[in-house]
Amino acid sequence: MMKKRGQPFQAPSRFSFELVDETLFLKHDLNLATVEQHLSKLTSLVQKYRRKRLVVNLKEVERLDSAGAISLQYLHEIAAKRGIQLTLVEIPNHLRKSVETFLLPEIRKQPPPETPSSMEKLAHASYQLFVVNIVEFIYLMADLFYWFVVDLFQRKAHRKGEFVLQAELIGINALPIIILISFLIGSVLALQSAQQLRLFGANIYIADLVVIALVREMGPLLTAIMVAGRSGSSIASEIATMVISEEVDALKTMALHPLRYIVVPKMHAAMVMLPILTMFANVFGILGGLVIAYLYLDLVPNIFLSRMIDVLYFRDILTGILKSLVFAGGIVITSSYLGFRARGGPEGVGRTTTQAVVVSIFLVILADSILGLIFY
Amino acid sequence: MEAPVITVENLSSRFEDRLVLNNISLTIPPGKISVILGKSGCGKTTLLKHILGLYPLQEGEIKIMGASMSTLDEPSQKDLMLRMGVLFQNGALLNSLTVFENVAVPLVQHTSLPEELIEELVCLKLHLVGLDHAMHLYPPQLSGGMRKRAALARAIALDPPLLFCDEPSAGLDPVTMASLDNLIQMLNTQLEMTVVLVTHEVPSIRRLADFVVFLDEGKVLFQGTLTEALSSELPPIREFFYPPSPGE
Repeated sequence: MMKKRGQPFQAPSRFSFELVDETLFLKHDLNLATVEQHLSKLTSLVQKYRRKRLVVNLKEVERLDSAGAISLQYLHEIAAKRGIQLTLVEIPNHLRKSVETFLLPEIRKQPPPETPSSMEKLAHASYQLFVVNIVEFIYLMADLFYWFVVDLFQRKAHRKGEFVLQAELIGINALPIIILISFLIGSVLALQSAQQLRLFGANIYIADLVVIALVREMGPLLTAIMVAGRSGSSIASEIATMVISEEVDALKTMALHPLRYIVVPKMHAAMVMLPILTMFANVFGILGGLVIAYLYLDLVPNIFLSRMIDVLYFRDILTGILKSLVFAGGIVITSSYLGFRARGGPEGVGRTTTQAVVVSIFLVILADSILGLIFY
Repeated sequence: MEAPVITVENLSSRFEDRLVLNNISLTIPPGKISVILGKSGCGKTTLLKHILGLYPLQEGEIKIMGASMSTLDEPSQKDLMLRMGVLFQNGALLNSLTVFENVAVPLVQHTSLPEELIEELVCLKLHLVGLDHAMHLYPPQLSGGMRKRAALARAIALDPPLLFCDEPSAGLDPVTMASLDNLIQMLNTQLEMTVVLVTHEVPSIRRLADFVVFLDEGKVLFQGTLTEALSSELPPIREFFYPPSPGE
């Protein structure tokens, strides 16, 4: 509620009313401040009024704003409900325009548009997901694959230095966090296994466990999840911002293919950097396992490493790299697809970014499960 | 003569090393439509944001309705803010709320009026700006002109005695521009609102302005009535109102 604080900028509002027989005399200011203070009294007066006719005399009203006018309408409605005929009389000339402007008959809040039923929503969502989205996604994937191959040989289509810039953003900048996380995951994996292996006197097998789990599974998966969270979100928000600020339209009008110009360099960079990041994740994950094996199982590094060489096949490393290539493609395609679909201003950018992270991680895990079954 | 509604004295403003406003002084008369105009980059929006207290004062003083914003305590500052409505350049509507909810925000937050009355007031404001049909839409679903009209409805929700409009007609078609101008004029005449427009749209200025403040390179080059401005011999003002045709 607005309070009076006696500051010089506040023109004081005053208001009074008086009921004489069938006439209600309103005086001075009928504005937001006075309506707030006196509306309940006026409402109660009308509610307790016993006659069939009430004349509201505005002769002495000096100021009337929209809140004042609407309050008269409000009183009129209350009176009508009680079968009282309320009329406004002696409207001063200087208020006539305001009354005409603000006392408009039948301005009512329109009913909100009909919302579809749950079944309709479900059907629409299913149609969107399985027909529209998947078809669009496949189109984008095919388009991107085409330009990915073509642009390996036509580097002129992109801004000079774009590949290096994207490689730095997607790969090099992510390196410290990937090294740290993979080292910790390798350590935790070894630590959790150490207890059980010690019971069976099978300490030496910690190398098998850590190395195979990391190289075949955890290394590529962890790296992809981190890249999806870090670079996937960044790709989606960048493209979504470009869509919303009409930069994508500008590219089209300059006869540039947005997918080729914006996404292909990111795809090239991701395809190169993700396997490299995965190798780093493998190495530092194994290092984490080695440290734990040495500290908790008294397994000297030489033995750990020689066991590692025995159990690790080139096929395992290749599987990990292949997985990381698939994940790289999945992250870039998903993020750019969602980015290009962004609508609705800055809020749309935020929504798209969240979706990109969630969907990318889901697809990475789905792809990992499928590849895991294939290469088992 | 009535006391000015806004007084700016010796105001200077810098962004890093760049002097945007250079020791300017001006007054805005009450009950009139005043236009702050000038070429792009002359400091119009910066001046407006200083007046609104959105940019801190670096040098000089600004008084609004006799009160200096910088010396007021927080509740008094809030009361003063409630007596000013602002239409921002891009509308600045809250995207997560419908048009109706956007206009209702100040009424719900700052008054104790019954819900039905607030609803009627919001409908009235939306009717005044011609957006009755769009009350359930969200801002991203509106066109540029509709967004500005919705923002104007929100700016006048509390019937403020002082209304600021930053580039109200920029980017609008002539018909929408004219209807927005009519609306601003109506608010000025009907509600006796003092209106401060920041614009460089000459048709709007010619239609609306009672009083003109012309800024040039961060300084007040001219202040006076529109008629005086139109007959000014100062080259930047002449160029502004009577731009040379391409062949000249």
